[in-house]
Amino acid sequence: MKKYAKTHEWVLVEGNVATVGISNYAQEHLGDIVYVELPEVGKEISKGETICSVESVKAASDVYAPLSGKILEVNEELDAAPETINSDAEKSGWIFKMEFSDPAELDGLMDEEEYKKFCEEEEA
Amino acid sequence: MGDLKRTPLYQEHLRLGGRMVEFGGWDMPVQYESIMEEHRAVRTMAGLFDVSHMGEISVKGKDTIAFADYLVTNSVSTLKNGEICYTPMCNEKGGVVDDLLVYRISNSEVLLVVNASNIDKDFNWVLERAKDRDFSITLDNISNKTAQLAFQGPKAEEILKEISQVKLDEIPFYHFIHGKVNGIDCLVSRTGYTGEDGFELYVDTEAAVPLWRKILEIGTPYGVKPAGLGARDLLRFEACYMLYGNELTDEITPLEAGLKWAVKFEKEFYGRQALIEQREEGLEKRLRGIEIIDKGIARHGYEIFAGDENIGWVSSGMLSPSTGKRLALAYLKKGYWKTGTEVFVKIRNKLVKAQVIKTPFYRGSVKSKA
Repeated sequence: MKKYAKTHEWVLVEGNVATVGISNYAQEHLGDIVYVELPEVGKEISKGETICSVESVKAASDVYAPLSGKILEVNEELDAAPETINSDAEKSGWIFKMEFSDPAELDGLMDEEEYKKFCEEEEA
Repeated sequence: MGDLKRTPLYQEHLRLGGRMVEFGGWDMPVQYESIMEEHRAVRTMAGLFDVSHMGEISVKGKDTIAFADYLVTNSVSTLKNGEICYTPMCNEKGGVVDDLLVYRISNSEVLLVVNASNIDKDFNWVLERAKDRDFSITLDNISNKTAQLAFQGPKAEEILKEISQVKLDEIPFYHFIHGKVNGIDCLVSRTGYTGEDGFELYVDTEAAVPLWRKILEIGTPYGVKPAGLGARDLLRFEACYMLYGNELTDEITPLEAGLKWAVKFEKEFYGRQALIEQREEGLEKRLRGIEIIDKGIARHGYEIFAGDENIGWVSSGMLSPSTGKRLALAYLKKGYWKTGTEVFVKIRNKLVKAQVIKTPFYRGSVKSKA
């Protein structure tokens, strides 16, 4: 199940583990990504909290926790190749995996259709 | 904010897929396809920039040279006709009203090329200074009649030669001539804001589109790209050129910014007394380069610490593609600006280790003055 947050993170849910990255829409808006500050493995996070950042040539952009839980793993390949987020934001450009603690929080996220509409409205 | 101003090339930018942003009251392309690609094109081949938002002020009359010498810190009286100087223009406190280029056209005419965001402020300032003494000059803000293209890169001359009736190899660095490029009347100067060799072409607004299209037409097979303000900022940052509003403001003096070379104390100029006093008392802060050692990228406005003490701020900071380093220009307090000094930048609430390094960060193909 793939969901999206209003802050433009995508969340791929498998069991109680969620893989998180920034959406293709978000990377297009940021432009060339030159640096990714990864979160710490093991860190407890709560929904809505700033956990790391993705930096384009021009500016830093926050990545927010889409769900509450704990960071399990980070995509260390982004250290050497942050541009992976530009080329493949919603697959190999994943940023971290987390174990989430409250499945009810998933209801607050959008599905692909809803997110598409949400982005169109932001454009307008 | 009122309506944004548009350059004569606005429709060209839209046609090329430019992402338009507000800059100094203008609607300008920050990038076309990719800032990194545009940066690379300029460093390795050439890129074409629309810099028509820049302002041009014409000064004419018998006291032109004396007035220009009084107005700016660098020396206009020692320039030859056909020569250009970069210079700060200071207020009575020595703060920088703007940084600009002075084109010495003749013994009775100069062209001031000023920053887009400062056009009105500068023109008013120049009008005021003209009243200080009985200068016999006429001033004309010709910004709206003038378009400017910057064609920058190590191959700029080779490529532009194909369509230039002006002999480009006869224009030394920081010199200009009037002539034709692709049959269009231009002022062609060997100047730029990228750290690469190249030219700035001043034309009447109606000529901007045909000249822009022609340069891209002949340049595209070589890999020339149109380049936006994002690439321009990155390129000038690596070369450590000042951006007004970041490195320079009304509150910062040229001595603090490391522009002493462009301040000629041996002549009279507006703001001289304040700068003499500052020179005698010594500087409290200076512009320096820093490299981020730990994680993160320093950005404009971030604070700098040594222990608990706030010792400065970042004026510009980016990841530099040419060096692969995360770098910043920063104002640092006395005692902390020596090369090698360890400082800490507050990046998103974390203190991140950095080190003072030498500038410029990168030297490109730009010619030096003989």
